[in-house]
Amino acid sequence: MGKYLLRRLAINVILVAIAASLAYMLAATTMNPRAAYEGRQPPVPEATIDATLDAYNLNDKTPVLTRYATWAKGVVTGDFGKTWNGGSVNQEMGRRVMVSLRLLLIGTLLGFALGVALGAFSAVKQYKLSDRLIGVTSFVIMAIPVFVLATLLAIATYNLNRGLGFTLIEYTGEYNPQLSGWDQFVNRLNHLILPTISLSLGSIAFYSRIQRNMMLDVLGQDFVRTAMAKGLRRRKALTKHALRTALIPSATYFAFAFGTMFTGATFTEKIFNWHGMGAWLVDSINQNDVNSVAAVTFFAAVCVLAAAFLSDLLVAALDPRVRVS
Amino acid sequence: MSILEVRDLTVTFPGGIEAVRGVSYEVERGEVLGIVGESGSGKSVTSLAVMGLLPQNAVVSGSVKLHGRELLGMKEDELVKVRGKAISMIFQDPLSAFTPVYTIGDQIAEAVRVHQKMAKDKAAKRAVELLDLVGIPNPNLRAKAFPHEFSGGMRQRAMIAMAIANDPDLLICDEPTTALDVTIQAQVLEVLKTAQRETGAGIVMITHDLGVIAGMADRVLVMYAGRPVEQGPVDDIYYRPRMPYTMGLLASIPRVDGEEGPLVPIEGNPPSPASLPPGCPFAPRCPMKVDMCDDEEPPLTPFGGGRHVACIRAHEIEHKGLTGADVFPVPVIPPSDVVRVPRTERATVLELDGMKKHYPLMKGAIFKRRVGTVFAVDGISFDIAEGETLALVGESGCGKTTTLQQIMQLEPPQDGRVVVLGKDSAKLDKTARKALRGDLQIVFQDPMAALDPRMPVGDIIAEPLRAHGRKDVAAKVAELLRLVGLAPEHAERYPQQFSGGQRQRIGIARALALEPKLLVLDEPVSALDVSIQAGVINLLEELKNRLGLSYLFVAHDLAVVRHLADRVAVMYLGRIAEIGAVANVYDRPAHPYTQALLSAIPLPDPEMERTRKRILLEGDLPSPADPPSGCRFRTRCPKFARLSEAERRRCVDEEPSVARLANVVDHGAACHYAEEIEVITASDNQEEE
Repeated sequence: MGKYLLRRLAINVILVAIAASLAYMLAATTMNPRAAYEGRQPPVPEATIDATLDAYNLNDKTPVLTRYATWAKGVVTGDFGKTWNGGSVNQEMGRRVMVSLRLLLIGTLLGFALGVALGAFSAVKQYKLSDRLIGVTSFVIMAIPVFVLATLLAIATYNLNRGLGFTLIEYTGEYNPQLSGWDQFVNRLNHLILPTISLSLGSIAFYSRIQRNMMLDVLGQDFVRTAMAKGLRRRKALTKHALRTALIPSATYFAFAFGTMFTGATFTEKIFNWHGMGAWLVDSINQNDVNSVAAVTFFAAVCVLAAAFLSDLLVAALDPRVRVS
Repeated sequence: MSILEVRDLTVTFPGGIEAVRGVSYEVERGEVLGIVGESGSGKSVTSLAVMGLLPQNAVVSGSVKLHGRELLGMKEDELVKVRGKAISMIFQDPLSAFTPVYTIGDQIAEAVRVHQKMAKDKAAKRAVELLDLVGIPNPNLRAKAFPHEFSGGMRQRAMIAMAIANDPDLLICDEPTTALDVTIQAQVLEVLKTAQRETGAGIVMITHDLGVIAGMADRVLVMYAGRPVEQGPVDDIYYRPRMPYTMGLLASIPRVDGEEGPLVPIEGNPPSPASLPPGCPFAPRCPMKVDMCDDEEPPLTPFGGGRHVACIRAHEIEHKGLTGADVFPVPVIPPSDVVRVPRTERATVLELDGMKKHYPLMKGAIFKRRVGTVFAVDGISFDIAEGETLALVGESGCGKTTTLQQIMQLEPPQDGRVVVLGKDSAKLDKTARKALRGDLQIVFQDPMAALDPRMPVGDIIAEPLRAHGRKDVAAKVAELLRLVGLAPEHAERYPQQFSGGQRQRIGIARALALEPKLLVLDEPVSALDVSIQAGVINLLEELKNRLGLSYLFVAHDLAVVRHLADRVAVMYLGRIAEIGAVANVYDRPAHPYTQALLSAIPLPDPEMERTRKRILLEGDLPSPADPPSGCRFRTRCPKFARLSEAERRRCVDEEPSVARLANVVDHGAACHYAEEIEVITASDNQEEE
């Protein structure tokens, strides 16, 4: 098992290296950090610009391979370089990962749990009114792009707050820096409500459709009948035997959603004004920030591969048939 | 007083489909009631209705009383106290009947804890005891195994252990051995008998296998189109059936101790429950039908001696003492011209010489590595002469299918030779191989899966013709359809519009399209109902004689083989254990495995079943990745157990090859201590004599 894990790790390292290098090359050859310094009033002398860009390893006069070598050397030692204006990419990333985590963790978990529950319920009530209702609602939600949904939610909240005359639900930012202690914690939770709803609605709709199909496959199986023939109640047979088995395929979807959640919520972060990883990617592209783009891509590659590993672990934990003896 | 009393039970599914239309029976303590019927006759639905396990959209009426308490309409709270406690059920497919993600021990312990207040560890101990009771070796360890780690027979034992966990008063067994091999079936039936002794329960045994019922049941209920058509003590039903359907059913089954010659088929198909004929539902297929049969469905009326028959001509049948063979027309099959020539002077159409097929055994989900070799087929030799049928028999995992695939591929085998119609498969080029495929065709086991559901039947049959560039396809298709007993108009229809038997006829027509010389039949009748099976067997026999075909016939049903085959090769773990003319092998088997196999087959004859002596094999087939040294059968061989230490050494060290037995022309066995004995009809009485 240890040998197997090591080999798998080695392959993953290679894959991350390839993905990050390609991203760096693409960013370094197409982006122009010099633009941010040129055309300033008063004009900055070219020698000064060159010196600044050299210091940040962003100078387009240096051959791209040389810049790549410098960048790669830094990455190997854990240094992702400087942003376009000299900030530390490492620091920025550390901060933004935590923001994304706080924003997305609850929404992702909630989306999965509610989606699975709703899907299983829907399958048990196949063709009944409740099943059809859940089905239609899911498809409507899936058909609405997340930026439309999030904007609608924000507008609705804005009108609600205005109607009430005070701010019941916050709709922008992460927290109010003027508060502290318990008040700030409650305020943070308040800020989370809207983004969490906008994030989880989509995943609830998605998981409920998947889980409904998995569950229907399992419901017709003999072992559910056996469980009831033993004397288990229908409800217990359905949860303990049917749902437990039907969870296995959904776990793979979940693992990937969990792994990619850090960079997958660009719209939500932008609309609700949270400064997370997704927003950073868009911002850094706009700012011709080569090192930040490369860092986000690197992080995303790590996340995807970790998700693949997580999915294997989850499936092995849930399904004894695939465990390696 | 009877344990279970079912009165006028009816089950209707949405769309007005009456699956069960008035079933009544009762079961006494310690009694075995057999329910026989073909697929769609409503026998399984009846038992699920008793358990209250039907889908919620099924409408059930009538009465089901357990110890005088009505079960129909009972609240779930009450019903869960009955299920698994007073009534237990054993299902057909033991793989899908266990939840794949929990251990066997946990699932049995769960059944215990549902009904008895017991600590977890105590329930786990009880599960181990139960596994021990049903004969699972190392029950302590095996209780921690998952269902997929058990073999089919072991799973069914575990299923029985779970069913008897709470000492039920009634066991309902729904086709408990249908998915198992014969030697395993014999073991499981023994376990069922033990379980019944231990619990004193009544048993309802549902099956389509008249042999199993003959050995187990005290009374029999025959169902047709959702209704019982005959009911009575087992001897009466088997020896004195009074309803034409029962008579036909008994006459249509091939018997392992039977005569050769055509079987007696029941024409037509069972009616669909959505469109039942007026009057007696069997009337359209009944050779004794009179006009009155269409007027009204005959009720199940008492006939004396605890018997009930639903037929207006039952008394006439009784009076004249008619049997199935008297009533049903026996088809006449023209004899073959080829077989008049002695076998040695006929051409050889297929020859296998020491053929081997080994598969690498791989492990690992992402990084595969070879950890061993599966010796699927490990050097087998046989030949088929023109106009001859050779049957390849053996249990699942013995290498039958691999052998077929290797022959059909027409590629060079890993070792040995495959010679088809005089052409060595190793020396074929592409065009020769394609030409040879026309002479070598196959009929598959599952007629539904083998036909493209989106292609009209005419196109299915025409496909091989077009692939080989034949002209005048339409006329040929019409001719082929007539040849297999269908009408040319059927070419326009799709496979799902046909019944199982008809689909298999379409499969045969397709295989015959290129006028092959050798037809490979992979379990061609095992997916069909008994009454349909006889018709297809007769068709195969007739086609062989008319067209001068040779068959390589793979089957696990030795009774069918006896009917259809001229010669038989018994396979065990990738080797041939015994080979020879059917009469020689069946009447005087010399290899201990053949003997066990033949003695394990239940006969549809209650008298013989009661007195028959069975050779029970221990355990399961060893893994073909790790066959025992020397003789592969020695680990399960009853003869090996009786040998002296010195004699045994030879079995362990030296692998026996097929040796011709001295006294007959066509009979050989791969056993160092081969000894011909009679097993099919061997009884305890004979032993004493």
